[in-house]
Amino acid sequence: MKPIIELNNLKFKYDDDSDKYALNDISFSINEGEWVAIIGHNGSGKSTLAKTINGLILPDSGSLKVCGLDMTEENVWEIRKKVGMVFQNPDNQFVGSTVEDDVAFALENQGVPRDEMLTRVENALEKVRMTEFKTKEPARLSGGQKQRVAIAGVVALSPDVIILDEATSMLDPKGRFEVISAIKEIKSEKDLTVISITHDIDEAAHADRIFVIKQGELIDEGDADDIFSAGEELVNMGLDVPFPEKLKKELSRLEVSVPDEYLSEEGMVDWLCKLNLNK
Amino acid sequence: MLEKLIFGRYIPGQSVIHNLDPRAKLLASFYFIGLIFLCNNWQSYLLAFAFTLVVIKLSGISLKFFIRGVKPLIWLILFTVILQVLFTKGGTTYFEWGVISITQFGLMNGAYIFCRFVLIIFMSTLLTLTTAPLALSDAIEYLLRPLKVIKFPAHEVSLMLSIALRFVPTLMDETEKIMNAQRARGVDFSEGNLAQRMKAIVPLLIPLFVSSFNRAEDLAVAMEARGYQGGEGRTKYRKLQWRMKDNMVIIAFALLTIGLVFLRY
Repeated sequence: MKPIIELNNLKFKYDDDSDKYALNDISFSINEGEWVAIIGHNGSGKSTLAKTINGLILPDSGSLKVCGLDMTEENVWEIRKKVGMVFQNPDNQFVGSTVEDDVAFALENQGVPRDEMLTRVENALEKVRMTEFKTKEPARLSGGQKQRVAIAGVVALSPDVIILDEATSMLDPKGRFEVISAIKEIKSEKDLTVISITHDIDEAAHADRIFVIKQGELIDEGDADDIFSAGEELVNMGLDVPFPEKLKKELSRLEVSVPDEYLSEEGMVDWLCKLNLNK
Repeated sequence: MLEKLIFGRYIPGQSVIHNLDPRAKLLASFYFIGLIFLCNNWQSYLLAFAFTLVVIKLSGISLKFFIRGVKPLIWLILFTVILQVLFTKGGTTYFEWGVISITQFGLMNGAYIFCRFVLIIFMSTLLTLTTAPLALSDAIEYLLRPLKVIKFPAHEVSLMLSIALRFVPTLMDETEKIMNAQRARGVDFSEGNLAQRMKAIVPLLIPLFVSSFNRAEDLAVAMEARGYQGGEGRTKYRKLQWRMKDNMVIIAFALLTIGLVFLRY
């Protein structure tokens, strides 16, 4: 597999005088078509990392390569065409006065001709199931709907990478579910690379790989099974314990012997069924 | 809160007036304001009123909205009318006391000024009620375009305008939320004398300012992340289209002008 994003010894600090690094010597690479989750405590530097990948922040030292391009002042706009970003607050990233205007905003910036824009906006709205809200103003939409519009805005641009910067953290459970399933669908259709920065375990559970960041440093890396079997340690990493893990803990309190490895929800159901048969 | 504000509100609809080109509506509204000053007798006011009422009828919006639009300005109107009535001399004098006098001309002028106010408010309310804010800012951008010759930033001004308009409802909601939050902590917004009320606004204004700046920052980052680099090389999703009915507006206003000129001389 081809790496699409490569970070080498990346360092960055907001305040030149302090010696606290927001990103301290981070190196990793992300392959094409991968879904990667970056998790960590508040203030661990994960949002900074997201902004660095999009060129909103230039690192102090180290190198960064996105889609084969080095992150430099000249390349930054080229990279932004290939990396779409959905931010945390659904209200504050809505630029257009109506849904369709907002989806078209990035296309307008690229100088896409109007006829092409019309079809691309239409298709993008179709993908996130917001076609019927096309002419609505943001004030009339729910948080989840606004985030889906933001995703449509990214999809219309047909990027190679989508970064979700805590895109579901301000949503209710329903909105969260809708946004995640929209992303999943688009990813499987277009073979996108998704980087999600999150507190939400369900979102992290969808990832192929999970990076754990603490105080600007990469402290752990692995797939969902590796990371989630850490149990109580997860809380220290800035994540909640997944529901199957909670259930396992409660069961072990009742002196049922539970397996050590992480079980997904389906895995848990299977295990529970077998347990019943064995009795 | 939104309910009280008629001025500057938009009511979606599909009438003839709604579907006009916003440029036509904007220019027509300004032209109408100038035109009103041609009126100098009751016949011409009658004509102007008839014209306005026909246009309102065409918009399919009930007259109630327009009358409610006049309400916030009623004190200004009354103040001006009363000054006119009391201090204009000429014609038959009905009442006199020192410098104050009520005369035939005074009453007439007062009535004319009242009509002028109402007509102007009706027309501008009609503009905002039937035109989506975004369409309006598109029209402004188009009309400001010639000013680029003198280095006027037409694109920036119109973007500023459309973002401002987009955030009006958001900030309204926010204001209401902050007010409620402060009320829950004991701030009273509606009581006390002037000084006390001014003080009560501080816990509303400061959070509102802070959050506006935060929003601006977030929005700027989001715009940049989506490749915004200014007006150069940008295409437009919205397109304004001048059609036959927009020509009709010109004809209607030409006829109105001729009528008013005829009645004046």
